[in-house]
Amino acid sequence: MSETTSAAVSRGLPGRPGGLWANRWFRFALRRTGRLLISLWILVTASFLMIHLVPGDPVRAALGPTAPADLVLARTRELGLLDPLWRQYADYLVHLFHGELGTSITSRLPVSETIAQRLPASAQLAVAAFVVSMLVAVPVGVGMAVLTRRGRRRRTELAFTGTSVVLGAIPDFLFGVGLVYLLAVQTHVFPVAGRDGLGSYVLPVLALAIGPAAVLSRIVRVEMLAVMEADYIRTARAKRLTPVRIHLTHALPNAVTATLTLGGLLLSSLVAGTVLVENVFAWPGLGSTIVSSITSKDYPLVQGTVLVYGVGVLLINTLVDVALALLDPRSAIGDG
Amino acid sequence: MRAARVLLRPVGLAGFGLLVLVLLVAVFGPVLWDGRATVVDTGNLLAGPSAEHWIGTDNLGRDLFFRVLVATRLSVALALASTGISVALGIVLGAAPLLAGRRAGRLVTGAVSVLVAFPGLLLVLFFAVVFGVGARGAALAVGLAGAPAFARLCHTLIAGISARDYIAAARIAGVSRWRILRRHALPNIAEPLIVNATMAAGGALLTFAGLSFLGLGVQAPSYDWGRLMQDGLNGIYVHPLAALGPGIAVVLAGLAFNLTGEAFAAAFGVDVIPGVARLRQVRNAAAEARGSGATTASTDAGTILSVDDLRVTIPGAQRPIRAVRGVGFAVRDGEAVGVVGESGSGKSMTALALARLIEEPIRVEANHLVFAGEDLMAGGDSAARRKRLGTSLAVVFQDPMTSFNPVHRVGPQLAEVSRFHQGLSRRAALARAVDRLRAVRVRDPERRARQYPFEFSGGMRQRAMIGMGLMGTPRLIIADEPTTALDVTVQRQVLELLTEVRRDTGAALLLISHDVSVVTDVCDRVLVMYAGRIVEELPARDLRTLARHPYTRALVAAVPDMETDLTRPLAVIPGLPVDPSRIPDGCAFAARCPLADDHCRTADPPLRADAAGNRVACHKAGQALPDTAEVTA
Repeated sequence: MSETTSAAVSRGLPGRPGGLWANRWFRFALRRTGRLLISLWILVTASFLMIHLVPGDPVRAALGPTAPADLVLARTRELGLLDPLWRQYADYLVHLFHGELGTSITSRLPVSETIAQRLPASAQLAVAAFVVSMLVAVPVGVGMAVLTRRGRRRRTELAFTGTSVVLGAIPDFLFGVGLVYLLAVQTHVFPVAGRDGLGSYVLPVLALAIGPAAVLSRIVRVEMLAVMEADYIRTARAKRLTPVRIHLTHALPNAVTATLTLGGLLLSSLVAGTVLVENVFAWPGLGSTIVSSITSKDYPLVQGTVLVYGVGVLLINTLVDVALALLDPRSAIGDG
Repeated sequence: MRAARVLLRPVGLAGFGLLVLVLLVAVFGPVLWDGRATVVDTGNLLAGPSAEHWIGTDNLGRDLFFRVLVATRLSVALALASTGISVALGIVLGAAPLLAGRRAGRLVTGAVSVLVAFPGLLLVLFFAVVFGVGARGAALAVGLAGAPAFARLCHTLIAGISARDYIAAARIAGVSRWRILRRHALPNIAEPLIVNATMAAGGALLTFAGLSFLGLGVQAPSYDWGRLMQDGLNGIYVHPLAALGPGIAVVLAGLAFNLTGEAFAAAFGVDVIPGVARLRQVRNAAAEARGSGATTASTDAGTILSVDDLRVTIPGAQRPIRAVRGVGFAVRDGEAVGVVGESGSGKSMTALALARLIEEPIRVEANHLVFAGEDLMAGGDSAARRKRLGTSLAVVFQDPMTSFNPVHRVGPQLAEVSRFHQGLSRRAALARAVDRLRAVRVRDPERRARQYPFEFSGGMRQRAMIGMGLMGTPRLIIADEPTTALDVTVQRQVLELLTEVRRDTGAALLLISHDVSVVTDVCDRVLVMYAGRIVEELPARDLRTLARHPYTRALVAAVPDMETDLTRPLAVIPGLPVDPSRIPDGCAFAARCPLADDHCRTADPPLRADAAGNRVACHKAGQALPDTAEVTA
């Protein structure tokens, strides 16, 4: 089967004669899709099993000790918890396939509706923070590498490393608290909390982006320094190209691969980081939803949000791998 | 011992000191200050900072400063406990291939690599649901969530050592798998594991603060830093220090773990970059070396390259390394000059210095370095000079596998020269690149130009590298050991290609090689280098028969030919090359020379030219050597 498909793909790609080329990308796509599917399956199964792993009766725990027994029984039946496990699993998968995530125990609203309403606010925050940290980290890292290479400007280097270590060690929600204090409480430049207009984005995005930007710029610098000692940079210098061109077109793409891998990890941790920052800024996103649903033991809602976060992370990881393969074709042949 | 060095670095000292302080407060804080942290002062509810309460009080009037100090124990203990869980579980999972055999191991490794992709906080939230809200649940959650990362680390580390002989030996000896892990594997991966665990403890501390801050961690009446921060955030308008105080404590403690970890990592691993002090050292040494070994070279018309008293100095840990000590020679138009010598003789440094490819902190000095009528030592790196050098000086490097940029296609890498120095359009430059690839006999050049370097074989890459030099109109090709990294059969092809290119373009060639037979085949004239100096210069055809320096003769004798008597041991040069950071006073070769006497060991022989223009630097030039068999003995 894969023989014919790969042949079809190789014909579909123009200007690349010889099955080898198409084959390599095809094998990469196949392998990467396979891994994505397995990860998705594990994620779905884990979120299904979550409610069963809770010790004791989850519905009783959710409704509290004072809830009448018949209400608990009704909810248990409603959640399908009385069926045999395999049927529950099958039902869960079928429902998931149709985009149904169940009904919230506390609000009685469909989980998918709550998520659809809250997800955009969180996604905006995460994407904006990622873009800001990348836009800061790459130029700063490259600049620092060029300035401090081969032991030049030791003081600048020390100041830069020191600052970035300290900034990188401060968790995002603490930045949030600090920023609220400095720029909202003290000076009233930006709103303290809520999501209302562009100004309200500044503090949460900053809180999320500062740490990753600091860590990432250090990585970019170290990677650039390593790359600039490579033989092919000497070749570029032997071609007598301008320093700008050597740094930007010969060194940077090689340094970016490692940066991107880490950037992907940072982006997926940003997705999780929004949970904390949203709580600091009372941001109407998924982060506050998941926390309140965990404390109120609203299991269907928890399941739904965990799934959404997990899928988000998996998609980001896949995107990063594809971007890496395009930037550095060697990574597509490895055992990724 | 190496661990002690950590304390000598400012970062290590600061981190370690902070860590000791945090641990001391964690151990003794509750004992000392618990009373002051729990006493209710109803007259001072939610008060701001004062002399009595440094960062104010909470809603029951309890002193927040002491509450922060007392909370240290719970915060640190929870972080350490969960790190312990992560490490223990991580070791078991990571050692799965060792413990449970290859197939089960692969399954575990696969699962770990899926789990590792999820951010820690998400796993923490997942486990927090399962274990319920509270300190114990949170500790388990953070611990389990950290396990995949440690499993990955252990797996990589154990995979790195499990191929080693001692593991294989233990396995063959029938030592049980758990015992192999405990006695043989773990002690060898302990260092990176401890470093990572220290940093992970810092991370766990922050995660815990986050969890308690969200209300999912420590529950009242217990309190840790996160809990205190959550309580303080509500009142941030009134007195911000109530939220910022515990926040600062979290950051300090987190930094203590992280800095200690990083300092240990640095002490175990990487070296420091050569600093300013060394650079100064080099300048002095270079100034001192000036004029000591000056030799002159003519700069006639018809000379493409001429260098006089070239010196290259590398900053070293103790003393600067004088890699090249006053080299002077000239290359005429279209001439092929070979430079031979053992590794460390300074021949590659000479080549790179001539091509002006050596960067700070290595210092290059010369009385003059004239290429095509232009002194490259004078003047800066102007666009016009870049253009002249880019089109008329070609450089071929030793290792074709690493000399091409892996992320760009081969064609555009060649085309770059024409685009930037000859003003060709992208398309025209690429067409010329294809043409040049054809000229260096790369088959199917249109397709090859679109490929990445990793799709080329070594020999093909070296030909493409020569092709890159042919993008302009080279007047000199500097080839630095162009065949050393290649197979013997491919070596021949590359050398033939160089000869052919020279015939077609009329370019001169400076061929650096440690291989005497390569140089005699290709070159007109040979320079023999030893310890950063030229010791002999003579026509290539005379190398085997008329060499006068004992070192040259030993080099030639070390190459077996058809007449070599195979019943006797092959000739070698006894002793080791001179350490370039400790060059002796007299002749550098004296210690290995069968002819050396006291005069040789005290007076450095100058490089003298004879009537035919050949040069040699030896007090005993041309004297008969003792029987070679004795030399080898």
